[in-house]
Amino acid sequence: MQGSIGYNLAFAAAVCLVCAVVVSSSAVALADRQDRNAALDRQKNVLLAAGLATDDESLDADEVVTRFGPITRIMVNLATGERVGDVDPATFDQRAATIDPVLSRTAPDNAARIARLPNTVLVYEIRDEADRLEAVILPVEGLGLWGTLYGFIALEGDLRTIRGLTFYEHKETPGLGGEVDNPRWKARWTGRLAFDDDLAPAIAVVKGLAGAVADDPHAVDGLSGATLTSRGVTNLLRFWLGPDGFDPYLTRLRAEGSAD
Amino acid sequence: MSKSRDALIDPLFNSNPIALQVLGVCSALAVTTQMDTALVMSAAVVFVLLFSNLFVSLLRNQIPTNIRIIVQLTIIASLVIVVDQVLKAYLFDISKQLSVFVGLIITNCIIMGRAEAYAMQNPPGMSMIDGIGNGIGYGVILAGTAIIRELFGSGSLFGVQLLTLASEGGWYTPNGLMVLSPGAFFIIGFFIWALRCWKPEQVEQD
Repeated sequence: MQGSIGYNLAFAAAVCLVCAVVVSSSAVALADRQDRNAALDRQKNVLLAAGLATDDESLDADEVVTRFGPITRIMVNLATGERVGDVDPATFDQRAATIDPVLSRTAPDNAARIARLPNTVLVYEIRDEADRLEAVILPVEGLGLWGTLYGFIALEGDLRTIRGLTFYEHKETPGLGGEVDNPRWKARWTGRLAFDDDLAPAIAVVKGLAGAVADDPHAVDGLSGATLTSRGVTNLLRFWLGPDGFDPYLTRLRAEGSAD
Repeated sequence: MSKSRDALIDPLFNSNPIALQVLGVCSALAVTTQMDTALVMSAAVVFVLLFSNLFVSLLRNQIPTNIRIIVQLTIIASLVIVVDQVLKAYLFDISKQLSVFVGLIITNCIIMGRAEAYAMQNPPGMSMIDGIGNGIGYGVILAGTAIIRELFGSGSLFGVQLLTLASEGGWYTPNGLMVLSPGAFFIIGFFIWALRCWKPEQVEQD
């Protein structure tokens, strides 16, 4: 009996069945908690980009809510830059929207290799008491080397200067491209200019070291050993800051600002 | 009794999986920049080793010889996925730092090695003890490496700043080598050297 092909197949099938049940029940049982953690992590990264939290702090759910105080969640129509009233930012899931044919459209050809664009996106604004814009935090995503990088970029109220950049999810090689979430590298973005004088996206991750902010405002140090990840970050930022990304929204904000 | 004590204690220094068998070095380099990640990783490996040895040992007389490796791997992979899911649910920050290395426990040679070399020939109780012993042996080296790397590389232990860094106005300039993987290579090398000076019988004959 033992050693026959039938026995081997039956044994393999039984092992697979038991293991599959164990793995899937653990995944299902823990899914709620994991989703909550992921959502909290996303919010924490909004705070990180905005400079309202630092990487070495560990924030619990209440603390995140408190620090979110000055931040307003706003739904924006990506193509027109207009605010949208009928989508609830609290339940909006951009990733689900991006693959829903009703809520998204095919993206034009782009270097960041983004396939679909959601019709509406969730952005975050920080305003002072006089309702003047202090910062805006935009979700960005795009292909690195191994997979999609998801993150946020925060721009100062002038809508040109970068306040912060963070990636909360990526599949890049640990130690090489994975350094996109290294706090020391992320700190190099602060103060750089995302746009040139004609308001075209100009920020780029360069090979080697970038100069001082004053001399070399559009460049950021490359990640050594991670040319393709660095290129992916440049491409995805230029896409999202450009005409197919948040340009209509930023243009509207600039018009609002100059009307004050 | 003394046999089970040997199974537990031997892997600590006499047949340490990293220092003598030189297995599982990849993850030992990757997760030892901080004590937190090193200890969580060690706990994960102890758990996986304990249960993979238990299940492989329970099934050792039923597993068909010609598909035994794939059966062991299926058991190990399932346990690792469960550990990964639990970490994502309860220790999210640390699981993010460990990133792929939890998943890579599947390919950690210590686990396959113990399943094949020990659990396939020994009863469940002894196999579990062997699993715990080897997991702790792995953890001892990880913890030792991580203490040195975190203290000299970041001036802290368990994330608590002990040496004030020069960049924060203190006196200590962190050693950059310690936070990079080659730093761990040197430390583990020194551990192996020290261990073989203490126990010369571990030195291989030319």
